[in-house]
Amino acid sequence: MAIGLAHYLTVAAILFTLGIFGIFLNRKNVIVILMSIELMLLAVNINLVAFSTHMGDLAGQVFALFVLTVAAGEAAIGLAILVIYFRNRGSIAVEDINMMKG
Amino acid sequence: MIATAIAFYLFAAITVAAGFMVIAARNPVHSVLFLILAFFNAAALFVLMGAEFLALILVIVYVGAVAVLFLFVVMMLDIDFSELREGFLQYLPVGALVGIILLIELLLVLGAWVIAPEAASIAASPTPAITDIDNTRALGHIVYTQYVYPFQAAGLILLVAMIGAIVLTLRHKPNVKRQVIADQVARTREQAVEMKKVEPGQGL
Repeated sequence: MAIGLAHYLTVAAILFTLGIFGIFLNRKNVIVILMSIELMLLAVNINLVAFSTHMGDLAGQVFALFVLTVAAGEAAIGLAILVIYFRNRGSIAVEDINMMKG
Repeated sequence: MIATAIAFYLFAAITVAAGFMVIAARNPVHSVLFLILAFFNAAALFVLMGAEFLALILVIVYVGAVAVLFLFVVMMLDIDFSELREGFLQYLPVGALVGIILLIELLLVLGAWVIAPEAASIAASPTPAITDIDNTRALGHIVYTQYVYPFQAAGLILLVAMIGAIVLTLRHKPNVKRQVIADQVARTREQAVEMKKVEPGQGL
């Protein structure tokens, strides 16, 4: 059977759901939450590229490139915040982060 | 044809399995390694779709930069991960519920969805035939012309992210002595040398 658009979209849907699921499952661990966000962005990229090649429109791949850029920047800033938070508090548990308000 | 189908199912299955292990692994180092596996297989899927440039960018940016950054942070911070896993099963039901509802919704969208007939004619930048020009060259032609301002903005985002990460993590410890070359050069002979008159037999 031919591999069409729907196959790729299904893989992307499963990956996106895994990302959401990971955020709920690892509610205390910020590192795994950041990795789940990376998984969701990967799923979005698979969707963009699948539509781009199926419709014959290169704009989708250009947009996937920009999503990649933002994902890299987000990972760098997120991990930098994580490192200084760990230096100040000695833990990375999500529940403790509400101490920073005010 | 059959080879493409076998390759697709292989790469898709490994991607999904690695994605599951990212969120289920006990040790975050294993999570990062499974994330790298998922990225590699997603890059293979991109190649199957005919987007070679993005596939290699995915390997370079995600595996080469982002995943290694995660690995560094996970291994540098001295964290008790077993403590962070408490309540793992407590959130399992609600997480599974939300995940299953979302997956059903996404699959329902897939089932009921058709491409508008006029969609092909209003494409923003139609792909040239692969026999004329390869994927990388075609992307370069439109990224540096039609999308040059968003491309520059993406570069600015990376610059801001780099400066932000450096500013956030840079710190000067008060007890560490550093070499300040300007101070060394600005020293005069009067500051550096003191003449003492030493009496014989007494010492200083």
